[in-house]
Amino acid sequence: MAVDMLKKVPVREQDPAERARNFDEVCLGYNKEEAMMESERCLNCKNARCIEGCPVSINIPAFIQAVKEDDVKKAAGIIAESSALPAVCGRVCPQESQCEGRCIRGIKGEPVSIGKLERYVADTAREMGIKPEVKAEKKNKKVAVIGSGPSGLTCAGDLAKSGYDVTIFEALHKAGGVLVYGIPEFRLPKEKVVAPEVANVEALGVKIETDVVIGKSTTVDALLNDEGFDAVYIASGAGLPKFMNIPGEQALGVYSANEFLTRNNLMKAYRDDYDTPIARGKKVVVVGGGNVAMDAARTALRLGAEVHVVYRRSEAELPARVEEVHHAKEEGIIFDLLQNPVEILEDENGWVRGIRVIKMELGEPDESGRRSPVEIPGSEYEIECDTVIMSLGTSPNPLISSTTKGLDTNRRKCIVANEETGATSKEKVYAGGDAVTGAATVILAMGAGRAAAKGIDEYLSN
Amino acid sequence: MFKIREAVMLCENICKQVIEAPRIAKTCEPGQFVIVRADETAERVPLTISDYDRKEGTVTITTQIIGASSYKLSQFKSGEYIADITGPLGRPSEFVEEPIDEVRKRKYLFVGGGLGTAPVYPQVKWCKENNVDFDVVIGCKTKELLIMEKEYEEVAGEHYHLTTDDGSYKHKGMVTSVMEELIAAGNHYDVCVAIGPMIMMKFAAKTALDAGIHTIVSMNPIMVDGTGMCGACRLVVDGEVKFACVDGPEFDAAKVDFDGAMKRMALYKTEEGRAFLKAKEGDTHHGGCGNCN
Ligand SMILES: Cc1cc2nc3c(=O)[nH]c(=O)nc-3n(C[C@H](O)[C@H](O)[C@H](O)COP(=O)(O)OP(=O)(O)OC[C@H]3O[C@@H](n4cnc5c(N)ncnc54)[C@H](O)[C@@H]3O)c2cc1C
Ligand SMILES: Cc1cc2nc3c(=O)[nH]c(=O)nc-3n(C[C@H](O)[C@H](O)[C@H](O)COP(=O)(O)OP(=O)(O)OC[C@H]3O[C@@H](n4cnc5c(N)ncnc54)[C@H](O)[C@@H]3O)c2cc1C
Ligand code: SF4
Ligand code: SF4
Ligand code: FES
Repeated sequence: MAVDMLKKVPVREQDPAERARNFDEVCLGYNKEEAMMESERCLNCKNARCIEGCPVSINIPAFIQAVKEDDVKKAAGIIAESSALPAVCGRVCPQESQCEGRCIRGIKGEPVSIGKLERYVADTAREMGIKPEVKAEKKNKKVAVIGSGPSGLTCAGDLAKSGYDVTIFEALHKAGGVLVYGIPEFRLPKEKVVAPEVANVEALGVKIETDVVIGKSTTVDALLNDEGFDAVYIASGAGLPKFMNIPGEQALGVYSANEFLTRNNLMKAYRDDYDTPIARGKKVVVVGGGNVAMDAARTALRLGAEVHVVYRRSEAELPARVEEVHHAKEEGIIFDLLQNPVEILEDENGWVRGIRVIKMELGEPDESGRRSPVEIPGSEYEIECDTVIMSLGTSPNPLISSTTKGLDTNRRKCIVANEETGATSKEKVYAGGDAVTGAATVILAMGAGRAAAKGIDEYLSN
Repeated sequence: MFKIREAVMLCENICKQVIEAPRIAKTCEPGQFVIVRADETAERVPLTISDYDRKEGTVTITTQIIGASSYKLSQFKSGEYIADITGPLGRPSEFVEEPIDEVRKRKYLFVGGGLGTAPVYPQVKWCKENNVDFDVVIGCKTKELLIMEKEYEEVAGEHYHLTTDDGSYKHKGMVTSVMEELIAAGNHYDVCVAIGPMIMMKFAAKTALDAGIHTIVSMNPIMVDGTGMCGACRLVVDGEVKFACVDGPEFDAAKVDFDGAMKRMALYKTEEGRAFLKAKEGDTHHGGCGNCN
């Protein structure tokens, strides 16, 4: 088959009508033949601009060359130099604004499908049983990592490779952070992809202690002073949900996206063999337009509801990844754009019966550069629904910062940390990922984990 | 995995389990709770710590069987293992963190209704150990459902006042009637802590507040993570939205919207009821103590 150099080799996906009723992965990924065809499209640029677009600077042309040569082991090795979670990033990175956004191929046609190739390499390497190598000599120093999301896993993995004795403390009963409780199965399979990535980190000698809430079960100071840890890396994410503070938000049937997704993903409420219940609404309104909103909407759809996404700006401003919006539309999610909720309406039993929204128009650009929505007076109307999912963003949980002496936070409750080393205002304490930046991306959280591992290694080596 | 050192049924529908959880036992305080997941497919169930032993590294949970999840948990026997226990969660009771000299100047009135008997216990025990003056009122529906009598006799002696709704044992009447009698007899209380079914807390709080007593209640909304991540446990306190798992579970009764909280508790009741019936196939489930709702 001839390759159209202007277009990506199409990736196989589950049929939209079919997948709207199941939780299996939407994107099926490239097989060997497709991957090798797509790899031919890479020009192996000398000044590879794609690398600049990748927050962890994966040597993209080099790994794609290895795919061309059908040397997956080599490709996996090249990626592993920069990324600890390629099977995850290949699936969930906002590639269009990162690596692929810079690809030279994208000037005239479609960029090289870097994410799908990365995913192919990671999945194939896993199937072939290729594991990261452990070489380090033991250093006799202990590091505690708080949180087992992408940032914590990366930092822990890197430190273990350098010979440190690392323990991850995780508040929930399962390791993975947002990768297990937030991002749904149909985008990121838990047993197939996330669990093996966690197992790889454990295979490096990292201990994971679940069910430990730092700030409650014990504190950062106690880890340092009583449990003999020489340094601590805080990667506790940004898990605190926001609500709108509009009337009716206490009604039954109003969820935060976090609750809805946690019930479904972590607690597997969608499966009959698990006990946790979830409301299978008939008509669900999701408020918000980010990745989280798309995930909540597509989850509600799969549970059998008609789903509307209510977002106060227009389609161009939707913060979600383009691919997610596209998938959501294909599956039948209805977008009610340029509208904002003003009240949630309850029936006589306190259950949601609808939501009152006001129409918006775009005005002047705000500080984020996006045109800010302005209410159109008198345009309010009601949307009938039985479930409302609030997906308005999250902020860092103050549980750790409020129980750690001398740890500075900014006015957004984010921990203040040096970008290059992860160092905080408190000696021996490092931080990174969403806990520092506020809600961001998997790859940035990983990058921060990697930087902090270096910072901690330098500190402990002196 | 966490080992159950001891499991006993305290009455027909309340079970007590002593669990080996050294981390929790080391740092927990009265008023705090844990979240338990019995096995891989189980829910995360919040339960108040009803006793702890720092030396032994154990915490005790006391569970009332009211639905599928509490039933499942109650089936775990001594020597078996539960999948998860996380904690201690929530804030300790107010007095734990106040200067002890201030606390000793006060007299406390503890009120436990039904299952609430268990979560009040560590607070009473703490007061006893710290020489804080108190009275305790424990109420239950009927003699058969009475729990922890011996423990209370030991820790509270003559300050332990017991009542049954039907008069089948000791005093006859609701906890509020005993509270009223104690107050009428000239006892002065500075603080009242009332724990039990929402409706009991609502009326106990009213009785205490009417007598001008600062009153604390323990709220038990639906929870998932218990760390402030999901917002399921939100309630309105003094007009503000609070998350019970991190801001509570104990709140100033004068500021709590009991009716709103009771309404939110209704969530899932029907669905879960069905799951439970399915699990028990045919057995008639005569839901709990009957105190709730
Ligand atoms: C629904 C959803 C969809 C998303 N989709 C995408 C996407 O498509 N692409 C993308 O790049 N990004 C996406 N993101 C964002 C991305 O997942 C996060 O930026 C990333 O996971 C942050 O990683 P982290 O390691 O900093 O924190 P997290 O992944 O949040 O992990 C933090 C961990 O710390 C634990 N923890 C918190 N407090 C404590 C404590 N006190 N003690 C012990 N443990 C604690 C938490 O339980 C959690 O496991 C999405 C986020 C969500 C919620
Ligand atoms: C802080 C706190 C402390 C508590 N302490 C105790 C205690 O010491 N002893 C005790 O017996 N009970 C306690 N509870 C209540 C206990 O958690 C519930 O009784 C239990 O979750 C009911 O589960 P079920 O499936 O058996 O009952 P059902 O009534 O059938 O539950 C129906 C469904 O409602 C949901 N549900 C109901 N209540 C809760 C809840 N509070 N949290 C999460 N989900 C809930 C669950 O999803 C459940 O599937 C406490 C609750 C809280 C919040
Ligand atoms: S990690 Fe993300 S940004 Fe970097 S190459 Fe892979 S998909 Fe692109
Ligand atoms: S910019 Fe595009 S074509 Fe060039 S090396 Fe990177 S992926 Fe290949
Ligand atoms: S239980 Fe999730 S925020 Fe309180």
